[in-house]
Amino acid sequence: MYAFEFVKPATIAEAVKALADEDAQALGGGQTLIPTLKQRLASPSALVSLNGIADLKGVAVEGRELRIGGGTTHATVAREARTYPALAALAGHIGDPAVRNRGTIGGSLANNDPSADYPAAALASGATIVTNAREIAADDYFQGMFTTALEPGEIITAVRFPIPQKANYQKFAQPASRFALVGVFVAKFADGVRVAVTGASESGVFRWSEAEAALGGNFSADAVKGLKADADGMIGDLHGTPEYRAHLIGVLTARAVAAAA
Amino acid sequence: MPKDSGIGAPTKRREDVRFLTGKGRYTDDLNRPGQAYVHFLRSDVAHGRITKLDTSAAEGMPGVLKVFTAADFAAVGGVPCGWLVTDRFGQPMKEPKHPVLAEGKVRHVGDPVAAVVAETLAQARDAAEAIELDIEELPAVVDMRLALDTESALVHDDAGTNLCFDWGFIEDNAAAVDAAIKAAPHVVTLDLVNNRLVPNAMEPRAALGEYDAADDQHTLYTTSQNPHVIRLLMGAFVLGIPEQRLRVVAPDVGGGFGSKIYHYAEEAFVTFAAKALGRPVKWTCTRSEAFISDAHGRDHVTKIELALDNDGRFLALRTDTLANMGAYLSTFAPCIPTYLHGTLMAGNYATPLIYVRVRAVFTNTVAVDAYRGAGRPEATYQIERVIDKAARELGIDPVEIRRRNFIKPDQFPYQTPVAVLYDTGNYHDLMDVMERISDRAGFPARRKESEARGKLRGFGVAAYIEACGIAPSSLVGALGARAGLYESATVRVNPTGGVSVFTGSHSHGQGHETTFAQVVSDMLGIDAAQVDIVHGDTARVPFGMGTYGSRSLAVGGSAIVKSVEKIVAKAKKIAAHLMEASPTDIEFKDGRFSVAGTDKSVAWTDVTLAAYVPHKYPIEELEPGLEETSFYDPANFTYPAGAYACEVEVDPETGKVDVLAFAAADDFGNVVNPTIVEGQVHGGLAQGIGQALLEACAYDETGQIRSGSYMDYAMPRADDLPSYKVDNSCVTPCTHNPLGVKGCGEAGAIGSPPTFVNAVLDALNSGGHEVAHIDMPLSPSRVWAAINGGNA
Repeated sequence: MYAFEFVKPATIAEAVKALADEDAQALGGGQTLIPTLKQRLASPSALVSLNGIADLKGVAVEGRELRIGGGTTHATVAREARTYPALAALAGHIGDPAVRNRGTIGGSLANNDPSADYPAAALASGATIVTNAREIAADDYFQGMFTTALEPGEIITAVRFPIPQKANYQKFAQPASRFALVGVFVAKFADGVRVAVTGASESGVFRWSEAEAALGGNFSADAVKGLKADADGMIGDLHGTPEYRAHLIGVLTARAVAAAA
Repeated sequence: MPKDSGIGAPTKRREDVRFLTGKGRYTDDLNRPGQAYVHFLRSDVAHGRITKLDTSAAEGMPGVLKVFTAADFAAVGGVPCGWLVTDRFGQPMKEPKHPVLAEGKVRHVGDPVAAVVAETLAQARDAAEAIELDIEELPAVVDMRLALDTESALVHDDAGTNLCFDWGFIEDNAAAVDAAIKAAPHVVTLDLVNNRLVPNAMEPRAALGEYDAADDQHTLYTTSQNPHVIRLLMGAFVLGIPEQRLRVVAPDVGGGFGSKIYHYAEEAFVTFAAKALGRPVKWTCTRSEAFISDAHGRDHVTKIELALDNDGRFLALRTDTLANMGAYLSTFAPCIPTYLHGTLMAGNYATPLIYVRVRAVFTNTVAVDAYRGAGRPEATYQIERVIDKAARELGIDPVEIRRRNFIKPDQFPYQTPVAVLYDTGNYHDLMDVMERISDRAGFPARRKESEARGKLRGFGVAAYIEACGIAPSSLVGALGARAGLYESATVRVNPTGGVSVFTGSHSHGQGHETTFAQVVSDMLGIDAAQVDIVHGDTARVPFGMGTYGSRSLAVGGSAIVKSVEKIVAKAKKIAAHLMEASPTDIEFKDGRFSVAGTDKSVAWTDVTLAAYVPHKYPIEELEPGLEETSFYDPANFTYPAGAYACEVEVDPETGKVDVLAFAAADDFGNVVNPTIVEGQVHGGLAQGIGQALLEACAYDETGQIRSGSYMDYAMPRADDLPSYKVDNSCVTPCTHNPLGVKGCGEAGAIGSPPTFVNAVLDALNSGGHEVAHIDMPLSPSRVWAAINGGNA
């Protein structure tokens, strides 16, 4: 680790101010950032911890939406997001207990790891990413591997999830990291079905529109049987070829539909 | 002796009290006054020429004491190899120099180029970034099959080839084996890879060097399985320090699996630098560094051919293996694919003709050496996989084809066609136990139940033999070992009757402090709590060869037995004198000496006190004191064996394999502590299943490691593994060591990979997928690809 300054503001306004320095870096749970720093792969001038800001924490039902503070840990979401069981289950299977008790939803969405779980939930739910400056629709927010619509210094203060009628997340674990080799989140709303895929694409999380169309008229596993995702643009690595990942998308989508509750 | 303490008692491990309460003392826990820290600048390319190495800016950085490069080691030897293999043509293997720090060329990612010693580790790392290093990249030699092409780049220019040796075993049998294979009605052939593994001991390596100028004494604290071997290799071959001026201490060591046998450059470095700087110098390996600096395991590419008659009887076996040596020869690297692999190729079977060819190959990868099982897993995997393929091709039940070819109980001692002589065994009994504890009879019903859920269920079997207790020194000497392989033990009885045992074996997870104490307790009739086991310090224990190859109890334990026998013999003489009787009339039982046929007796402690307070003592005939040292050199290897079964379920949609059950029937000879033995089997099975299901050390074509962290290198976790059924009730005691013990540490890792792979292939074939083989690890993507007729 290189030397850095450490600040822990108590309010969002103070945090925004501290992040005005272009070499400053926001610190959520640190589950990606701290290992990166330890490997000397990043050298921020200052770490601005968001963990002391009470306004960033908590899970609340607001009308037909679930509002989760950006600094809320995965463990808290797993415990408290009862009105959205598929989301609670997803949070309860991120990493291990240590990760879940430190890592935050805001940190995960800001990092936008192509194999992370939360991006699939946010995109499939049609969530709204709330920042200190604005509100961003999930469809506009995810812009490729580790790339989002966030401006430098912008902080995710909350995420608002519309609660679907039915939903399920199927994660097929990469054997080593146990990140999603492929993860598929299916959410059925009154006005349609959204299917988001993580882990598979070189462009990060994406919506599988063919499956959404097929499921829109017939929300059953049979509706997606025989539907094949395109292997073009899928990740190929030690753990699976693009063809394998494309195949898993179909399998997991069908399983998510069958398991949706 | 009551069975709650002596031989056979399932006592808890006494060392676990300190390990589980955080009181273990590992090398990195040790800190010496004035200690400085070293950080190694390692090559980030696999192969290249060093065109610029300027350390001047780094030397001026805060806290830096010195930046070392190869130039500082010009007067020092290379890291030596401990085994010389002679090839098929009578020529010695190629043995290129392995410098402490890279000289002129870098040969693998991780090759240390420079070493920065500074007041703090952070300062050393900062300074390393200021070193100006230019490397002219050369084509990397990665694939062994391409490495032997004449156009290939050379890892060692001076060697003129990437072939370290071309070994045949037994060369004189080659023609007869060839003729038998040509004439056989059935020949089953299999090409397979034994995947490269990273050892991943829980404790990364560490080394701390110290030099005391007042009496010219060097001390090295290091994570080693054999401190005396390190002292000999480093003192004599690298740094030129006589043994009496060099102390090597291996304190608590958190796992080794072979990777901590070898003498590593970092050990020589800290010892050298401590004297050069007049400061203790510490190095602690990071986990990432371990992936590119610990010797790796396995990495064989093999073609095996099994010739059978129409009844499925084995007529001949031939294998042709490429064995990866990596960039440099690690301490015992050449003997692993040869004498620890070729000699095991008979397996449990009475195959009359066997020929083994092994070509060892240099590549631009981390050195490869022994890893839990060391050569024997590679042998067992080939044999048990090709037998399974033969069973399927010939339509013979996989258990039956093995039984038909087993060496029969009345054939022992059995001379194999690959040099070794099995002293004892009963493979049919092991198979019986395996079939029982795995409920093989109930498998068809369980398969139906899986099929009803859309899953494919498979049942795999394998048998294994291993050669442990390495080894008769005269034999291994004739085969090229540059060391003896006896073990030592000093048993010191203290005046008040307690016992300190100084063993040359080294415990790094095996539980020696418990097991050895049980042996001594049993022999002396005193409580095990009265017996302390001391190991791991060349200043305290006699010259010993350390722990690997499942040898500690069979060889080290035998040395202890010999010393205790000498103690008892002397104690009887003292007791006889105390009771004015003849030594031949003295009986020793349950810690008391008595005169046969009388009610006269003295206690153990009466005798031990008399030995050190020799007032009433036969001083003309007997020296005072009660301390004996023995060096035990075994007459043969020991030959543990087993029959294993594995049950898996495959999800045909995703290729994911779940291990549902694993049954292990092992014959370890006599067992001193059943709990520890069971734990050793559990650990071995986890490691073997890890290799077969999960672990893969992969390099890309440029020599970059693709699985260089736990993000990509899959270690087995508890939920990857089933609850094991382990049975040690088959006992054919070893015939040539005093305890009748064989060794249990590696068995699980040897027998489980083929068992698991056989189970998966059984599952796939039951579903109509005609898959003959899948290379390990059987990851979901590979299994899915095999089902769908393609590559992963």
